[in-house]
Amino acid sequence: MDLKGKKVTLHDMSLRDGMHSVSHQFSTDDMIRMATALDAAGMPMIEVTHGDGLGGSSVNYGFGLHTDQEYLEAVIPTLKQAKVSALLLPGLGTVRALEEAAGYGISTIRVATHCTEADVSEQHIKKGRELGLDTVGFLMMAHMTTPEALLEQAKKMVDYGANCIYATDSAGYLLPDGVTDRIAILKAEFGDEIEIGFHGHHNLAMGIANSLAAIEAGAGRIDGSVAGFGAGAGNTPLEVMVAVCDRMGIETGVSVDKIMDVAEDIALPLMPTPTRIDRDSLTLGYAGVYSSFLLHAKRAAKNHGVPSREILMELGRMGAVGGQEDMIEDVALEMKKKLV
Amino acid sequence: MAINCAMIGSGNIGTDLMAKLMRSPNLNPVWMVGIDPDSDGLLKAREAGLKTTHEGVDGLIPHIEEDNIQIAFDATSAYVHGENNRKLQEKGVLVIDLTPAAIGPFCVPPVNLKDHVGEQEMNVNMVTCGGQATIPMVAAVSQVQAVEYGEIIATVASKSAGPGTRKNIDEFTQTTARAVEIVGGAKKGKAIIILNPAEPPLMMRDTVHCLTETEPDQEAITASVHAMLKEVQKYVPGYKLKNGPIFDGNRVSMFMEVEGLGDYLPKYAGNLDIMTAAATRTAEMFAEEIENGTLTLKKLV
Repeated sequence: MDLKGKKVTLHDMSLRDGMHSVSHQFSTDDMIRMATALDAAGMPMIEVTHGDGLGGSSVNYGFGLHTDQEYLEAVIPTLKQAKVSALLLPGLGTVRALEEAAGYGISTIRVATHCTEADVSEQHIKKGRELGLDTVGFLMMAHMTTPEALLEQAKKMVDYGANCIYATDSAGYLLPDGVTDRIAILKAEFGDEIEIGFHGHHNLAMGIANSLAAIEAGAGRIDGSVAGFGAGAGNTPLEVMVAVCDRMGIETGVSVDKIMDVAEDIALPLMPTPTRIDRDSLTLGYAGVYSSFLLHAKRAAKNHGVPSREILMELGRMGAVGGQEDMIEDVALEMKKKLV
Repeated sequence: MAINCAMIGSGNIGTDLMAKLMRSPNLNPVWMVGIDPDSDGLLKAREAGLKTTHEGVDGLIPHIEEDNIQIAFDATSAYVHGENNRKLQEKGVLVIDLTPAAIGPFCVPPVNLKDHVGEQEMNVNMVTCGGQATIPMVAAVSQVQAVEYGEIIATVASKSAGPGTRKNIDEFTQTTARAVEIVGGAKKGKAIIILNPAEPPLMMRDTVHCLTETEPDQEAITASVHAMLKEVQKYVPGYKLKNGPIFDGNRVSMFMEVEGLGDYLPKYAGNLDIMTAAATRTAEMFAEEIENGTLTLKKLV
């Protein structure tokens, strides 16, 4: 694979996807320490919000220790070069929340829908563009549809005004060929007019391999997370990605030494349990289940005395999509009924 | 004598509503209004012998007097409801709003239908499908003890969410959250909607979480929830309490499933049924008032 000379923009997820791993309990100090270290390492983009995006704080997903406003207002003024993005899931986050976040100084809004439901993003993408933000259409659980169908959804988001489209492997299910097919079809349609991005999860240890496949197929933005700090077995570990890119001659602008130190000295100590591929997170990738379900399933398993792996497998069979965390307890209760 | 009605909007909701109105003893569907002459809803309405127009509400207005239309149901979108409402009220037509525009007061029949009697209202709002499916349960808890926070999650099959719903997704969450407070009785409300494209389509699912101010009275809440369930089942027989109420500290959670009657879309689309059945029940109450003279329709001037 020859990717020498390619330029990619890395986007760190630790302060958003990583929120899942800490049940949305980062302090503003934790966020500032992590963000300023990432900034100093040359990370160009950092996402900051509740794990489920703007307005995610809830019983269903977990209440954040602080509001999105408190996190964004704490982090943004401390950064020298890195730009901050926020995630927004229509049906949960609103245009009003987007306008407020723009007021706190975000540069990028990433509007996320299930891979077949792009038309719920119209209000939010239009508003993002109107506010002059870098506006990304983020198609989640991209393994659940074909590359051709994904392209049709991406076209809708581009019509609404998105200047960048992501194929998002929320379940960490895709293998490199599946990534190549999806990114290539988007690239073939949009050329250089629209940026293409890839967001991976490491549930099958494919984070790096999938990201390289995405770059080869034309992706210019790659999501990851220092020390993989993110839902499930985490995101593509960025310190590894930076080192690999450096070896391959892919330009990221991020310092290999510094990003390793951020991962080891700041990110790891913040993890309540190490982010790794255990049998539950492996099940996510194997069965194609939304990575954020992991800790909710572990909790429901504990509360209701049923195995978490079985809960996750059942959610996979049901075709649960991102955001359906409320089904986890329901599935556990149904399984418990059958035990009696 | 039945009261003559018009349906504005020939999408999923309007077409499902038509089936409900045709069975009503005191409502008579006369007109179906759409904007696309080839829409399935208009086709079904013509087959059922209704008058139709594809010129929007303007196509209906000239016929209101001669056809004595007294109640109109607006199932278009929050964006156009304001204008539709103005034109209809100029003609003295009572408007049942099935969009999340929420110009008029909220109506969730098992909770507050009686509050609308004798109020001379000319526009009532049916909140949203998610609101109709969950607010009775929030109210069932808040009728027992104070609810600090009420949160609802509505999951509907993608096939049952038409373009209007999709374009109005913010209005859905905001209007539902407000009605969780105003009608449900929670001090703070939050609403989340999720579309799921699974095949075969999944049944409408709704989760209700209430955080009570003090330790929940489990026995009284459970009794209240089951009593409310029976009230909703009177007009939506497929409304089920799948799990709960479960109690975890001050959290009370109910897991609902709503199976529809399969009037227009198949039975998975309980979200259509709960909305159209609630609107029909509300209109029937107003029709009784019109017939017994306690409600006089006034033209807006």
